Amino acid sequence: MTKRGKSKRAVWDLKIVRRAAVDAIWKLNPQTMMRNPVMFVVEIGSVLTTVLLVRGYRHGLLHSGFSLQITVWLWFTVLFANFAEAMAEGRGKAQADTLRKAKSETIANLLRDGHIEQVASAKLRTGDVVVASAGEFIPGDGEIIEGVASVDESAITGESAPVIREAGGDRSAVTGGTRVLSDQIKVRITSNPGETFLDRMISLVEGASRQKTPNEIALNILLAGLTIIFLLAVVTLQPFAIYSGAPQTVFVLVSLLVCLIPTTIGGLLSAIGIAGMDRLIQHNVLAMSGRAVEAAGDVNTLLLDKTGTITFGNRQATEFVPAPGFTGEQVADAAQLSSLADETPEGRSIVVLAKEKYGLRGRDLATHEAHFIPFTAQTRMSGINLDGREIRKGAVDAVARYLEQNGNALPADVRAAVEKIANTGGTPLVVAENGRAAGVVHLKDIVKGGIRERFAQLRAMGIRTVMITGDNPLTAAAIAREAGVDDFLAEATPEDKMRLIKHEQSQGKLVAMTGDGTNDAPALAQADVGMAMNTGTQAAKEAGNMVDLDSNPTKLIEVVEIGKQLLMTRGALTTFSISNDVAKYFAIIPAMFSGTFPVLNALNVMHLRTPQSAVLSAVIFNALIIVALIPLALRGVSYRALSAEALLRRNLFLYGLGGLIAPFIGIKLIDVLLTASHLA
Amino acid sequence: MTAQGWFQISVFFLAVLALAKPLGIYMARFFEHERTFFDPVARPVERIIYKLTRVDEQHEMRWTEYGAAMLMFSVVSMLLLYVFLRLQHFLPLNPQGFPGAAPDLSFNTAASFTTNTNWQAYVPETTVSYLTQMAGLAYHNFVSAAVGIALAIAFIRGIARHERETIGNFWVDMTRATLWLLLPVCIGFSIVLVSQGVLQNLKPYQTVKLVQPQRSADGKVTSTQTLAMGPVASQEAIKMFGTNGGGFFNANSAHPFENPTPLSNFLEMLAIFAIPSGLTYTLGRMTGSQRHGWAVWSAMAVLFLVGGTTVYWAESHGNPLLHGVDEQHTASQSGGNMEGKEVRFGIAGSALFATATTDASCGAVNSMHDSYMPLGGMVLLVNILLGEVVFGGVGAGMYGILIFIILTVFIAGLMVGRTPEYLGKKIEAYDVKMAMLAILILPLLILVFTAISVVWPSFLASIANPGPHGLSEIFYAFASGAGNNGSAFAGLNANTLWYNTTLGVDMLFGRFLMIIPMLAIAGNLARKKTVPASPGTFPVATPTFAVLLMSVILVVGALTYFPVLSLGPVLEHLLMAAGKVF
Repeated sequence: MTKRGKSKRAVWDLKIVRRAAVDAIWKLNPQTMMRNPVMFVVEIGSVLTTVLLVRGYRHGLLHSGFSLQITVWLWFTVLFANFAEAMAEGRGKAQADTLRKAKSETIANLLRDGHIEQVASAKLRTGDVVVASAGEFIPGDGEIIEGVASVDESAITGESAPVIREAGGDRSAVTGGTRVLSDQIKVRITSNPGETFLDRMISLVEGASRQKTPNEIALNILLAGLTIIFLLAVVTLQPFAIYSGAPQTVFVLVSLLVCLIPTTIGGLLSAIGIAGMDRLIQHNVLAMSGRAVEAAGDVNTLLLDKTGTITFGNRQATEFVPAPGFTGEQVADAAQLSSLADETPEGRSIVVLAKEKYGLRGRDLATHEAHFIPFTAQTRMSGINLDGREIRKGAVDAVARYLEQNGNALPADVRAAVEKIANTGGTPLVVAENGRAAGVVHLKDIVKGGIRERFAQLRAMGIRTVMITGDNPLTAAAIAREAGVDDFLAEATPEDKMRLIKHEQSQGKLVAMTGDGTNDAPALAQADVGMAMNTGTQAAKEAGNMVDLDSNPTKLIEVVEIGKQLLMTRGALTTFSISNDVAKYFAIIPAMFSGTFPVLNALNVMHLRTPQSAVLSAVIFNALIIVALIPLALRGVSYRALSAEALLRRNLFLYGLGGLIAPFIGIKLIDVLLTASHLA
Repeated sequence: MTAQGWFQISVFFLAVLALAKPLGIYMARFFEHERTFFDPVARPVERIIYKLTRVDEQHEMRWTEYGAAMLMFSVVSMLLLYVFLRLQHFLPLNPQGFPGAAPDLSFNTAASFTTNTNWQAYVPETTVSYLTQMAGLAYHNFVSAAVGIALAIAFIRGIARHERETIGNFWVDMTRATLWLLLPVCIGFSIVLVSQGVLQNLKPYQTVKLVQPQRSADGKVTSTQTLAMGPVASQEAIKMFGTNGGGFFNANSAHPFENPTPLSNFLEMLAIFAIPSGLTYTLGRMTGSQRHGWAVWSAMAVLFLVGGTTVYWAESHGNPLLHGVDEQHTASQSGGNMEGKEVRFGIAGSALFATATTDASCGAVNSMHDSYMPLGGMVLLVNILLGEVVFGGVGAGMYGILIFIILTVFIAGLMVGRTPEYLGKKIEAYDVKMAMLAILILPLLILVFTAISVVWPSFLASIANPGPHGLSEIFYAFASGAGNNGSAFAGLNANTLWYNTTLGVDMLFGRFLMIIPMLAIAGNLARKKTVPASPGTFPVATPTFAVLLMSVILVVGALTYFPVLSLGPVLEHLLMAAGKVF
């Protein structure tokens, strides 16, 4: 199974299109339409013209092809908007189908009074304890209370490599529907039927539990307000037309109304919201609400854990500093020998560095008389005794004590080197050979490549990054400087984190953070955007408002970008929709009145052929632009990390000015086509 | 279009610019109770007023209380004026012995002056007494202006404050606006006007001998003329500074006793814009973003210049249908379309005055807007339709444009990828709802009343001209009323039961139904937290923002009224070009 995040579906997936086309018709139900005031007005208009058309036909009045065409295109306007929404939902629905397969009924081994009973997984309740062995599905969400197992979570995460789950600590959570590959675990169930993670995930991707987000509500109010204004303008136009001696037909008036009200954004608004959630899912992030996605766009401060987000988890050796009387190669040699048996990542990195720098290969120690000294809490050193050489390495005070025992002191040069390394945020390891200090190994936190640029981009967008670390302030400051974060919180406890979040929020800022441990839960709940790692504890997953199925904390940055893109798409299409109206006026107003007042043809700047083709062209353009913009609504407008001023100028130019000009061209083009095909 | 005309426009523009900062700082200071040079005079009077009226000046009001106080005050004031008008024949200072005004006219006039509209369905010099003028109408000129300024300051406080429930004290704001600003400025200005020849007396009307007796068509010889007198200068000053616009005489600022010289004309125009322009500086100062204040000022200034020069252009080119009439500018004549304009002001002085009076909701006129060229008249109409936010009425222009700013920030704000923010305040559903209500009220009143008036035969009887020009006349009246402008396109006999009543309702709703949602936004913004500015914050202090704000004002206005305008002035212009006039 490939990772879902990488297999992006094409916008026009045929299966989804077919399903959406059917859904678009079902969505004509007025009760559904009423939720979208703009498109509801269009539907009423379509019904009105249809009734007039049918009545005219019954009374033997022969309607011109014009009225029929107008009516048909009005219905298409509604259908296209419904289709856009159905398309956005379609991608989620396809995904939900896949998830449902994972939810298939399984038999649970329920542990009751020391006996194992077989029950249907749907009967499990919070607090029940079940046993799952290799090859079996885990019947429900829960915490491992005993044992360790490798688990295949591909059904949820799409990631095929198995993960280790064990009792205690931060990796104890398991999800229903995943499969145990080896060993046996005892799991305490933490969710009731219908409320499991998988259930929530299905309803989320399907959009069944979708609620309008705060911004969407506000935008809907704006659109409803504009609709009322245009309703006023069109309804009062008839008296003015009568006064002027040029009364209009209902078909033309409804056409004008539909062209003026913001159908483009009105028709695409919910699709944009659904697609935003969907885009997160493509990134393997589950947002528990659209509100959280929107909040992500508004975030002012990002709290990022140092380990795993900013730096790779482990320290690595980067330098050998020799003591007086030793060469770099000798230090490297000693350090490498002492680390040969050291399986920690730090130890391995010393071996690698010595090889890279001095070409020292790992030697076969079997031919020598080698005796490894493991690290103990008492000595706080490790090392090797080999062919009469006694090599030790450890923290500076431990090695200093060892040297004193041998009647030597730590040379001033070595002490200086140690301090220098510590001051730059590194960890110094002192290597000693036969009671004398040989040199210092510089262990360093390695900052992830490209992260500095990401932070610079975030800064340009006005987002402050704060690094959270358990390191001492000196080390933290050095890494913060190297990674280019704006601020750091050193020696951070969960309480400190909480305090920081509350402090930022008291200044009106929105805070995003990631976390996985149970002690992160309060902070995750307090943060405006709390992204829990899927590998984390149940408590953390419940406290946050997003779950990253890949458990990659760096993704928080992408989540912020997706949130911003969602808001930008809405703004861009709103601006586009309103700008469009200018051209439509220039098409329809002269068409309405040039019969009575030929001088008004001066306003027919597009030189549309006949009044009928002018009105029809505007209505057709208005309907087709919805379809044309579906890909943009689903993909989102192209995102750039720019300052607000630069973004505004760019989008204003593209969607404001573009929205002003595009319909002039589009309507003219349709007019030419209509005239050529003798439709009007 | 002449060098002298352009010079006049430029000097006027620079004078408005120069006044903005000193006036803006002064207003910000006295409204925020900082020390000003005028305190020694005004403070003792203020104390006495509060003692007499038992106002606790420390008391801070929520927006609801502020609004209730404002409404209560306005209702009482309006009733007072109604009584004055109805009973003026029982009251002193009525040398001409004018009878009481009719109920519908009294309602219309009371509504008109309470709302700072000063629509005049009555003919002042033949209907109202000196007492009604001074105690009834002039009183309203002061307080309705003070109410407008107070509301603007309250709105600005709503933006500037954070996590607060209150937006100031209505009584204190209104008193301060009057004592610190309107009274001293108007006393000074009326003396300047008197120096130019504006009347200031309580004499009965004077009968004078004509230099050259006139013989009318039926052979009657007229050798005397009655000249209306009165305390004009004192009323003229507040009429302009308070953007009221209600003339002491029917001819308003075209009357030589109201506006005798080009200099008085220049100063009267400057008085219209002085306070509204200064308030943009106050906005910047009180919200801590002076550059935002200037961005708003610039947007207003550009819209003013575009409108003003268009009118100047339209009028300078004269009427193409007047073949054989010399409309060229020469040393001895202004040239252009001089119908309805005063020779002493010329084309530039008239076009500029007409633009200023419609940009601001002043409504004073020194020329007859009805006689403008169709496109010139359209600009004046559009100025009103845009909501009079180009500098705008005292206070009303400020809160009007703030509504537009909120709309602008919301429409375009999303494009920067954040929940829209205005000076650190998030603009959310409630704010948008209230802003839309405030925006909706004007088209609702203007379009619906006009639509009814143009199809009802008896209401149509009031218009002097048929065709598109007649449509413009009715449309202008309701736009002027709802926008609280008060100028008339003329040509419409508005002193009928229908127009008196509907225009009265038009004015009252146009003012107060806009103020209530506006105050609601102010109260809501005051409660919010302020998000500190960052590079990601929507910029409101840049040229981009100014351009955006102008676009939103123009597009919303244009989209709402495009159909009517095309059947009115646009059609009239095109028909005129084709040789047909109305």
